[in-house]
Amino acid sequence: MQSNALNISINDVTKTYGDFYALKDVSLEVKSGEFLTLLGPSGSGKTTLLMVLAGFTRPDYGSVKFGNEEVVTKPPHLRDIGMVFQNYALFPHMNVEQNIGYPQKLRGKSKSEVKESVAEALSIVKLDGLGHRGVAELSGGQKQRVALARAIVFKPQILLMDEPLSALDKKLREEMQIELRQLHDSLTMTTVYVTHDQKEALTMSDRIAVINDGELKQLGSPNEIYTNPNNAFIADFIGESSLLPAKVISNKTYLGASEIMISHPSKDDGDYLLVIRPEKLFLANGKEKDTNLFSGIVEGSIFQGESQLLVIKLDPGSFGEQSLRMRLPNGSNIGQKVPISGEKISVGLRKSDSFLVE
Amino acid sequence: MSFLNRNVSETQIRLKDRLWLYIFSILVLFLLIVPSLVVIPMSFSGSQYLEFPPKSFSLRWYEAYFFSSSDNGMGFNDWMGATWTSIKVAVLTIFVATPIGTMAAYGLSNSSARVRGILFPIMISPMAVPIILVAIGLFYFFVQFKMVNSITGLVLGHSLVAMPLVLIIVLSALRNYDMNQEKVARSLGASRLRAFFEITLPQIKFSIISACLISFLTSFDEVIISLFVSGGDNSTITRAMFLALRDQIDPTIAAISTVLIIISSGLLLLTQLFGDKKD
Repeated sequence: MQSNALNISINDVTKTYGDFYALKDVSLEVKSGEFLTLLGPSGSGKTTLLMVLAGFTRPDYGSVKFGNEEVVTKPPHLRDIGMVFQNYALFPHMNVEQNIGYPQKLRGKSKSEVKESVAEALSIVKLDGLGHRGVAELSGGQKQRVALARAIVFKPQILLMDEPLSALDKKLREEMQIELRQLHDSLTMTTVYVTHDQKEALTMSDRIAVINDGELKQLGSPNEIYTNPNNAFIADFIGESSLLPAKVISNKTYLGASEIMISHPSKDDGDYLLVIRPEKLFLANGKEKDTNLFSGIVEGSIFQGESQLLVIKLDPGSFGEQSLRMRLPNGSNIGQKVPISGEKISVGLRKSDSFLVE
Repeated sequence: MSFLNRNVSETQIRLKDRLWLYIFSILVLFLLIVPSLVVIPMSFSGSQYLEFPPKSFSLRWYEAYFFSSSDNGMGFNDWMGATWTSIKVAVLTIFVATPIGTMAAYGLSNSSARVRGILFPIMISPMAVPIILVAIGLFYFFVQFKMVNSITGLVLGHSLVAMPLVLIIVLSALRNYDMNQEKVARSLGASRLRAFFEITLPQIKFSIISACLISFLTSFDEVIISLFVSGGDNSTITRAMFLALRDQIDPTIAAISTVLIIISSGLLLLTQLFGDKKD
């Protein structure tokens, strides 16, 4: 992480549209040189927050600082930030070179400077030699690269991206995720990235800010967010999970009629949800220690390529009427029998993988 | 007659099933065009009076148009003077109606659906109100400001009628334009005004050109407002023609009409050419 890129301080930013809170007292510190992702479903406020950073949306109140400078009233064109939009928005009346050179032209650079920086940007995004192409002749992936080159050609210290990969097909998207991350690492930039794709966020980010209903729900590294979601929304939104209603009564946790062990037992009495990640479950033989055992009947067994998805209906006598999902890797479990529909089965979840959310 | 069984569409429709439609369509097109074209042969008539078909041919009515004198005793300047007034007013109308209409379209396309719903009908109201009411209103309004019979008054009056057309043309161009591009330009360092001129305008330029031509034509063809607010040396050609027709039926009118048809259809053709280009 480079230290000379600008950091961003967002303080108590609120934006309302009538009675609707698009952003509600959001405070967030983006560290210098960090790749931070704003993750949330559509309508969560993540794009509004990005537009506040870009200067297109003026918050009702709150403060946004780039470094030590307050920018909340600064118009977008004076903020000196690079921005990549969802639909590329390349200028169709300019060729690739002119598109990328446009911000340099705006900055009054000489022709040779523009040319030089455009060539450099083209090579960074691996489009050398395509400068004279028309925008309409480019593939989706190439358009994305041009949009990116245009946003970094003037070496901004802050790069904002609004779901830049959402229009690409899955394979290209996954390649670009890694490439974008490498690009971020090689340039001195603080990057704020908006996506609704939790896997993309997990792949690319230093930290993820999960946003929903205009509020910052959790901020942390991908690992923290995934293994320690602090509420049911995040547990459900990030990764796969089965959420089973559980009860805590005087420090004991019950799922239906059965007591279960959980990793952080210090919860007040009340109703919670037990988060079960499908890949953390395993076929149990009854001898494991510190493990919750769930018995039930396989309702569905679905081949999904790299893994086998099992839908298990739990024994209603012990756990109540509920089912959970389990994922068995299809890789090296040769010789292991894949449970089939209708089979009685017992699966285990380690105590350390068992946690409750509200 | 086997050609009658030829298929004329992707489905199984044969020429003989469709023939009535083709004949009907040709008839409609014919009726649309012919009344305007009738004046062309009439303009080459050698007779004193408007007649169709002409019995003899001459160019004397063109001569009467191009070399008319101003002492015609009909309360307007000579034909050529009136033509130049029309052209001057039409060109000035372009410069008033097009920028205002374009700005209005830009404003509307950047505002919320609610604001658009309120403002749009107000802005196109000159199109909806009978033009004679607009003309009467303008007349009394201009009297207050001593603008009757002035070029300024005429240009303002014509711009009032042309502006809604500009608005509609530019608005539809902006509907197909991705306003995000302007946002991108601004994020890259362009002020909003610069973003409009360097990014938006080049992409809607053909519609703007169309709007200019339509503004010109609207003013050039306009007669009712001209009748009320123009006069004397500032009569437009359409007003002069109208007055001339009232007093005397003279084939000069046919000659002028022919020239006007050529100018108007030429411009209309240009509009089509530019309109066809994808902005």
